[in-house]
Amino acid sequence: MADWKDEVEEIVFDGKICVPYSWTVGSTLSKWYGMMRDNAEIWANRCPSCEMVFVPPRKKCIYCYKDMNDWVKLAGTGVLETYTVVQHPEPGVYPKEPPFVYGIVKMDGADTGLVHFIEGVEPDKVKSGMRVEAVMSKEREGNFMDIECFRPIE
Amino acid sequence: MDRVAVIGVGQTKYEKGKRETFSELVYEVVTRALEDAGITIDDVDNIVSVSSDFWDGRTISSMAIQDAVGAFGKDITTVEGDGTFGAMYGAMRILSGNFGVGLIVAHHKGTESSMSGITNTSFDPLVERRLGLDAVTSAALQARRYMDRWGILEEQIAPVSVKNHGNAKRNPLAMLPMDITVEDVMNSPMISTPLKKLDCSAPTDGACALILAAQHEAKQLSTHDKRVWLNGVGHCSDAFHLGDRDLSDTRALKEAARTAYAMAGLEPSDIDLAEVYDAFTYMELMWLEGLGFCDDGMGAEYLERGVFDFGGKLPVNPSGGRLSANPVQVAGLACMAECVLQLREEAGERQVEGAKTALAHGINGMCGQAHCVWILGK
Repeated sequence: MADWKDEVEEIVFDGKICVPYSWTVGSTLSKWYGMMRDNAEIWANRCPSCEMVFVPPRKKCIYCYKDMNDWVKLAGTGVLETYTVVQHPEPGVYPKEPPFVYGIVKMDGADTGLVHFIEGVEPDKVKSGMRVEAVMSKEREGNFMDIECFRPIE
Repeated sequence: MDRVAVIGVGQTKYEKGKRETFSELVYEVVTRALEDAGITIDDVDNIVSVSSDFWDGRTISSMAIQDAVGAFGKDITTVEGDGTFGAMYGAMRILSGNFGVGLIVAHHKGTESSMSGITNTSFDPLVERRLGLDAVTSAALQARRYMDRWGILEEQIAPVSVKNHGNAKRNPLAMLPMDITVEDVMNSPMISTPLKKLDCSAPTDGACALILAAQHEAKQLSTHDKRVWLNGVGHCSDAFHLGDRDLSDTRALKEAARTAYAMAGLEPSDIDLAEVYDAFTYMELMWLEGLGFCDDGMGAEYLERGVFDFGGKLPVNPSGGRLSANPVQVAGLACMAECVLQLREEAGERQVEGAKTALAHGINGMCGQAHCVWILGK
């Protein structure tokens, strides 16, 4: 530890950076969020070359670098690939009070996973491999929170 | 092809709540590295500085420490990421033939801001950033997937923490030397299942500098005992979105390692010690598997057998690792510095006897999105 503090009284400045942004979400995600907001549907898109189905949809396949214009509607169900029960609070970062659960869901009909909240189940009952379904928000604004969470299928 | 040597290293002690400014940390390590190499700043013809704007709380953070790195009137370029990537850039500049002696400097202060808030901003603001994901919760998703896939228990990743905090007792620069047991790790507060407090590295402050030299300059400026050669390097990145990867898969690391071993003309069995990026306990095991030191899913069993202990067949993180000090952008460069000290037989109490070849590893991005692997030799 610094020994200069024996001779000099230290001064500390507190700071905070708050900068507003207006990010365009672009053509692909605008379409995705629009269908979520207007029809409460989750769509994906498929690579014409390797046939991988991506959710969230992409402009180009990450493997083949081909344009992906082939859209498919997902049923909203899937399998929980992994999860974590968050126990330690981070006010201002985590939008929920612990304990709450994050999971990655491999949706039926898609080849990639979607990260989201897992709810409607006691946190200690969550298991990898569980069947889950998307719960759409009642008030939808065209963003990622139009999916409220995924919950186990009874 | 020309060769590149490390001819000098300088590190701060790694601590929380350092009372020096970013520039003061940089002055300290650059001065030490120059003294270590026995050269002056006038001998350095180019600089790579490594930093991260959000951590520093200023944009173009790499420009703000340019006086401190001695960059006035010199060619300087900057890297936003782990120090191993800065070293790769520095070595490439020398191999281009345009430069002879390069200074690579990384600085980081993790204890002046919010690890959670800053790592949350690495997630896509157009998609999952709103969920509040950060470094520890995303790592927890990876840990769960890795442990489910191979049937590994929390008790089997905990010994990484015991080993590395124990190793730190022999390293005067480490922040968290500790005598702990598996029970202590298991009883430490749960942060995000399955990761407990002692499975996670803690915010750390510090800086590190390496001086690289082309073969000709290295032999002119430095003596045999101070020279360590960079014999191989590999770098590879995986997909950005967590859901696009199988988080238990180390395909990017395997490719980086394959490139580094091929360049060095070596195999994993030729390595005498490894400094890998153990930001979390389970990561050390995953990365050791990806580096080819054991088959996938077998890391915990090798650990239990003592293979990775300080006195084992392959000592891993003799410095105490990132679990004992994790100055984020500096961390991989500190791995390289430790390898240099080990190969120069200057590692004091933690000296790995007869070490001739060492491996250093750095990661960038959440859950080890990108990997950089270095192979160093005498």
